[in-house]
Amino acid sequence: MKLTRRILMGAAAGGFLLSGTAAMAQTELTFWSWRQEDRAFYQDIIKKFQAKEPGITVKFETYAPENYQTILSTALAAGRGPDVIQVRAYGNLETIATPGYLLALDQQNVPELANFPEPALAAETLRPDGKVYAVPFAMQAQLVVYNKKIFKDNNLNPPKTWDEMMALAQALKAKNINPFSNGTATAWQNETIVGGLLSSMLGKEFEADIVSGKANFTDPRFVNALAKLKDISQYFAPNFTGVDYPSSQQLFVAGRAAMFAGGSYEVANFKNQNPTLDLGVFPAPVLKAGDQALIATYYDGGYAVNAKTEKKDAALKFVRFLATPEYGTAFTNTLKNLSPIKGIKIEDPITQDVAKLAENSMSYLMLVRFRYQEPSGSVLLQSNVQKMLAGQQTPEQAAAEINKGIATYYKPFQK
Amino acid sequence: MQASRQQPRTLKHRLWVAFLVVPPIVFMSLFVVYPILSAFAYAFYDWQGLARGEFVGLKNFKEVLFGATMAPVVWNAFLHNVYALIALMIIQNGGGFFLAWLLYKEPFGFRFHRVAIFVPVVLSTIIVGFLWKLFLNPNFGIINQALYSIGLDSWAKPWLGDSSTALGALILANAWHFVGFPALVYLAGMQRIPPDVIEAARLDGTNEWQLLKNIVWPLVAPSTTILFTLLFIGAFNWFEIPYVMVGLDGSPFGSTDVLGLVFYRTAFGNQSASIQNFGMGSALATLLFLFIVVFASMLTLWLRRREIQF
Repeated sequence: MKLTRRILMGAAAGGFLLSGTAAMAQTELTFWSWRQEDRAFYQDIIKKFQAKEPGITVKFETYAPENYQTILSTALAAGRGPDVIQVRAYGNLETIATPGYLLALDQQNVPELANFPEPALAAETLRPDGKVYAVPFAMQAQLVVYNKKIFKDNNLNPPKTWDEMMALAQALKAKNINPFSNGTATAWQNETIVGGLLSSMLGKEFEADIVSGKANFTDPRFVNALAKLKDISQYFAPNFTGVDYPSSQQLFVAGRAAMFAGGSYEVANFKNQNPTLDLGVFPAPVLKAGDQALIATYYDGGYAVNAKTEKKDAALKFVRFLATPEYGTAFTNTLKNLSPIKGIKIEDPITQDVAKLAENSMSYLMLVRFRYQEPSGSVLLQSNVQKMLAGQQTPEQAAAEINKGIATYYKPFQK
Repeated sequence: MQASRQQPRTLKHRLWVAFLVVPPIVFMSLFVVYPILSAFAYAFYDWQGLARGEFVGLKNFKEVLFGATMAPVVWNAFLHNVYALIALMIIQNGGGFFLAWLLYKEPFGFRFHRVAIFVPVVLSTIIVGFLWKLFLNPNFGIINQALYSIGLDSWAKPWLGDSSTALGALILANAWHFVGFPALVYLAGMQRIPPDVIEAARLDGTNEWQLLKNIVWPLVAPSTTILFTLLFIGAFNWFEIPYVMVGLDGSPFGSTDVLGLVFYRTAFGNQSASIQNFGMGSALATLLFLFIVVFASMLTLWLRRREIQF
């Protein structure tokens, strides 16, 4: 009797110890994302991380992008939520960082922040306290994607100046080829088109003047650029005011248009749908030869740590891993999206081109600077450019409307 | 003796009633009354994402109704809801009435048509929205293709991209989707009319129009009441068809914006253009709810009084 009891107690104690060590060894982190399509990549990354940190497991969970922000902020407001969080940037980061849901990151707890350029960190910085709340993951650019085969068949080269661009579009149209597949029916496409086609004409100086309040959106540089856009819109997809985002993508993917003004993120998507496409990218054409050609860049989002997590050390370890050049290289080469981490090795030639073009860039203006308050610069730009391209207002009117909306809250314009 | 036998029965009866009534009351309070009241309360606060900030009183309501930024958007959308209500009243409910009359007369193949008319109602709104978006595609949609093929090239339009036709296109898609419902309700109403009433009218020599106008229409008034009330509620809560066909922005440039889209954009944000303002969204939802409840009740009372019993 005594013996059996002892055996039982020993077994129980042994079991307790075993389960105890197991629990100590395995810290499970949850990691939320809206990138269901990148699941395989993240599973692979988690494996690589575990090879370095055998004591930590990471559970990757995704939610639909359109509901992600809502689900996430609901969970965080209830004091729950994941340990590691994929978050957006700029205004959308602020809605989550302002209530104190995210752990502030600095060179102390994440030394790898030194691997990032300043604008990338700025995208994940909360303006009121100046602290960084996430490790940035991708840089995007608005530029022109072109079909190399169509260009070659017609003896065309990527245009440098706006006049060359107009002549090229005219030449393509004369041969019954759609110069651009772009359409304006989906509101946000108007903003990407502006970024892709007008950045060089606006210029870095214009951005600086907007920030300082030296110029506003009624500035001739902005109005003239809009007028040029109105000009070139005759070469967009047929009936472009009724062509939505998916239709314009399909037109380009099917090889029925030579150019697509839009995001660098389109390239991987286009190639997935039609691997035979031979694609290239070029920056927005300049007004006169000798001006600096620019693309419009911004950062997509970052990886943050839940301020309330009980597994802070493990979560920080994981986030630090997501800030290494090793991770940046894998991210860039697998997802064909440019990681902002310095010192990565890029395999894909188009991504290399984008990285090179990014050396001369201005901000994707409305997202980076004016998406913090309503009416956001994006809402104003999208609807007013849409209206202008539909022929229902002049470039001057569009610029005045945009300026009026932003001036309701933007101090430098109120002087 | 009898009293003592009844005593336990009433207690049992009461328990039984409580057993039946309490779960639905708890359910309703938890999942209907509480959310409505809390949305109402939320509207009085400032919000940072979904974190509640300070109490701001009626500021959100004021902003929604009179603010320089929000009010023009809200009133523009409200006007579109009103258009949709009037247009759907005529096309959807009116069309339903005439379809019902055709079916009522049992023409050849009426059994088939009775089912066929109702089929779109059963389809998911998402599917109907995508279907019509394809039909209306300016370059390969069947509507423009059909116009080209009969030589009416000048009639072809980018329907959803043209601010003068986009809202109309949404209204037609919605009418196509739901016309079977009023048709069925009216048909049931017509079949309830005693045949001798119609017989008598015919013997008195009424023509078809007089019969419809003076006999059938007044006698299906109860159907009209319910259909109008439902349409009223539906038109002011309109969301799915616009969302699927033109997106959250009410594209092009707000010409198809309705209150449902404004509410969604405001409360939950629009990933590609704006950030969320939960307090203002709640204020808008509360106002919309009050508007619908008050007007729908008044409408029902008013329409009920006009019904005729037979």
